[in-house]
Amino acid sequence: MEKRPLLKVNQAGISFGGLKAVSGFDLEIHQGELVGLIGPNGAGKTTSFNLLTGVYVPTEGDIFLEGVRLNGLPPYQVTRKGISRTFQNIRLFNDLSVLDNVKVANHSRAKHSMLSSILRLPSHFNGEKEMEDKSIELLRIFQLEHVKDELAKNLPYGQQRRLEIARALAAGPKLLLLDEPAAGMNPQETHDLMELIRFIREKFDLTILLIEHDMNLVMGICERIYVLDHGQLIAEGLPEEIRSNPKVIEAYLGEEVSSDA
Amino acid sequence: MDWIQQLVNGISLGSIYALIALGYTMVYGIIKLINFAHGEVFMIGAFVGFYAIAGWGLGFFPALIIAMAVCAGMGMLIERVAYRRLRGSTRIAALITAIGISLFIQYLFIYFRGAQPEAYPEVISNQTFNIFGAQISSQSLMILGTSIVLMIVLQFIVHKTKIGKAMRAVSHDMDAARLMGINVNTTISATFAIGSSLAGAAGVFFGVYYTKIEPLMGVIPGVKAFVAAVLGGIGIIPGAMVGGLVLGVVETVVSGLGYSLWRDAAAFVILILILLFKPSGIFGKNAREKV
Amino acid sequence: MNTKKIKGFWLFVILSIIVYFAVQMAANIGMVNNYHVNTLVYICINIILAVSLHLVIGITGQFSIGHAGFLAVGAYISAIVTMKLSLPFPIALIIGGIVAALTGLIVGIPSLRLRGDYLAIATLGFAEIIRIIFLNIDAVGGAAGMQVTKMTTWTSAFICLFITVLVIVNFTNSRHGRACISIRENEIAADAMGINTTYYKVAAFAIGSFFAGIAGGLYAHNFYIIQPVQFGFLKSFDILIFVVLGGLGSLSGAVISAILLTIVSTFLQSYPETRMIIYSAVLIIVMLYRPQGLLGTKEITDLFKRKSVKGGS
Repeated sequence: MEKRPLLKVNQAGISFGGLKAVSGFDLEIHQGELVGLIGPNGAGKTTSFNLLTGVYVPTEGDIFLEGVRLNGLPPYQVTRKGISRTFQNIRLFNDLSVLDNVKVANHSRAKHSMLSSILRLPSHFNGEKEMEDKSIELLRIFQLEHVKDELAKNLPYGQQRRLEIARALAAGPKLLLLDEPAAGMNPQETHDLMELIRFIREKFDLTILLIEHDMNLVMGICERIYVLDHGQLIAEGLPEEIRSNPKVIEAYLGEEVSSDA
Repeated sequence: MDWIQQLVNGISLGSIYALIALGYTMVYGIIKLINFAHGEVFMIGAFVGFYAIAGWGLGFFPALIIAMAVCAGMGMLIERVAYRRLRGSTRIAALITAIGISLFIQYLFIYFRGAQPEAYPEVISNQTFNIFGAQISSQSLMILGTSIVLMIVLQFIVHKTKIGKAMRAVSHDMDAARLMGINVNTTISATFAIGSSLAGAAGVFFGVYYTKIEPLMGVIPGVKAFVAAVLGGIGIIPGAMVGGLVLGVVETVVSGLGYSLWRDAAAFVILILILLFKPSGIFGKNAREKV
Repeated sequence: MNTKKIKGFWLFVILSIIVYFAVQMAANIGMVNNYHVNTLVYICINIILAVSLHLVIGITGQFSIGHAGFLAVGAYISAIVTMKLSLPFPIALIIGGIVAALTGLIVGIPSLRLRGDYLAIATLGFAEIIRIIFLNIDAVGGAAGMQVTKMTTWTSAFICLFITVLVIVNFTNSRHGRACISIRENEIAADAMGINTTYYKVAAFAIGSFFAGIAGGLYAHNFYIIQPVQFGFLKSFDILIFVVLGGLGSLSGAVISAILLTIVSTFLQSYPETRMIIYSAVLIIVMLYRPQGLLGTKEITDLFKRKSVKGGS
């Protein structure tokens, strides 16, 4: 029997006021894979992430995670089912501490009730303690423990990006979606990020789908790559296949060619 | 034929709401601010008209023009003193400031003048015409006629003049308009001036029609005109006109059915229903936050 | 981290007990007269209102400008319970709070889908509708109002205040409070992190309404008469200014500004116009020059902490 994919997207699409932003989107990701999603600006990459995470409800097609249909679930339920994400334009909780940012994502894995918190019952203290311990452990892995009490908005850019990934992991995903994690990073930072992504994938037994503009990063770590253009999938395959695919080259022609970066 | 009369009363009231609503909608369209102080501009318009008629013995139209001019200046002043500083701040800070300005004008006015009401002089001879058996007053017709003229003038300004084009450009994209060489500050000032002058006219009409004016008279019509603007689709000029008329007619019908104490609630029920089911209003397009 | 919060908690409890008995003793030996005690009761009521609205606006970031509506529900319902049903005052307070919370659910579930100024206008509209409903019920006296026996005492007001602050602080310092704050900070990200944003918005709104209802009960039984006109937009504005002036997101800021402004307004009681001019001018100036309010999202204790850290190093 063939192994069931972790994520299966079947002909999904969405149109806004008659305009098809993404259509006929097929995706199959197996447990443990690290897959890239690339395409020129405006190809529909972030829109497809929004479809996967429930921000948009697909107007056509289906999305399954471990065989469970996700269409129409609100984002918070999609997250609880096991898909969590980062954002292209960082969306941290700016006025919360680094630690609290991670704790928020831990929220749905804790059990203590509102009443127990209001009455300060032991279950509240135990629950909060557990959240704190887990969060600090995660921050340690991301080398952010020393800034745990800083406000998120006061972190330097690179640390904010890392915090966003740490926060997404705290939600306990099976599938992690990274939306341009290396955007705005210099080559050294990008290199460190690649190491980090490889590391957390091993450590947390994760499956990762990432959108990226930086070709070096995508070609360097992704095992398989999907290419979107004008809301349509135009290619799928191994990095070397993608690199030499005439359709992909054509789509990127005239675009900035990031592979020389 | 009682309902025709009700309808005409409703349309007269509605045209007052519509004139105030235009100011709300134009300001919201251009700087995304609910200008709570707009009701106070309306109140000041009513008082300026009153002093012009009762104090200086002017006729209806000269008083109307003076009220509109004073209100235009007042609108620009409010924008210059308070709102201009708020352009970069949060919507909430802007909203709170607008509420603050509104209360500040109300109570400063009461502080210097007192809270007592005034009776508007009868500046338009009050004849009633019998049309299809309905009693329609000359005042209603005058208000209606003048409102329509003002709205046509507004449409002309917005669509045919240079400043109108600048206003539409700024409301579409302020930064792009600035890059295209449009003076954004002047354009916003002009928007406040035009919107406020319409509110001033509405104030005079209100005085003539209801005969009683007082310093807190702007609160309820102000909020209702806002409802009218939301009803029609905020930021959309014809929407404000239609929204005002609809609201006026609905209120008159509710009163006519014998529920006059619930009249004010009708506006809020409409507001809530429209916010819940079609927040973009009758003429609006849905917009969504970008992720 | 946690130990600090536990310390703060006990400090709060001890401080409250001291304040309570100090006032009680001062009243017993005649150091403060009835007028002063009444002002203190009024301060308690206003703090409850400020803190309850702080939960909605400051913590959850949902901009409600119709808080007086829930105050009205609590006031009328509790007055009906004591005056018409002759039940004891504490029960009336609780029933008033519960009905206000239910009203909060009815108002909140539909309107909390809206954001920013649209939500503000919707809550304003709901509050007006609530007021107009009471205006039209003859059993509660319509516009003339309803006679209520004075039952609110320093003790009852202080106990209610104590419980309110305790509940809201405990709520805020838990995963539930953090969920609310995350909505304030970035609703889309909160949603993406698995927070049921609708649930927490509505929950914060209902809890806030509950305590506004409690405050309403105290208010009604402190004034001999309640009338719909007392619960108009200006009342909502009064509560709003506590929260905004103190700093959106700062509980101690809300408490301090509630205390200060209540004292200011008792001095200006005979000059209502002057009071409104000062209030609105202060609000405008704060918004223009310090839009985050006096304390921002910080608490007064944070200020001391920073100083002591500096002093220690």
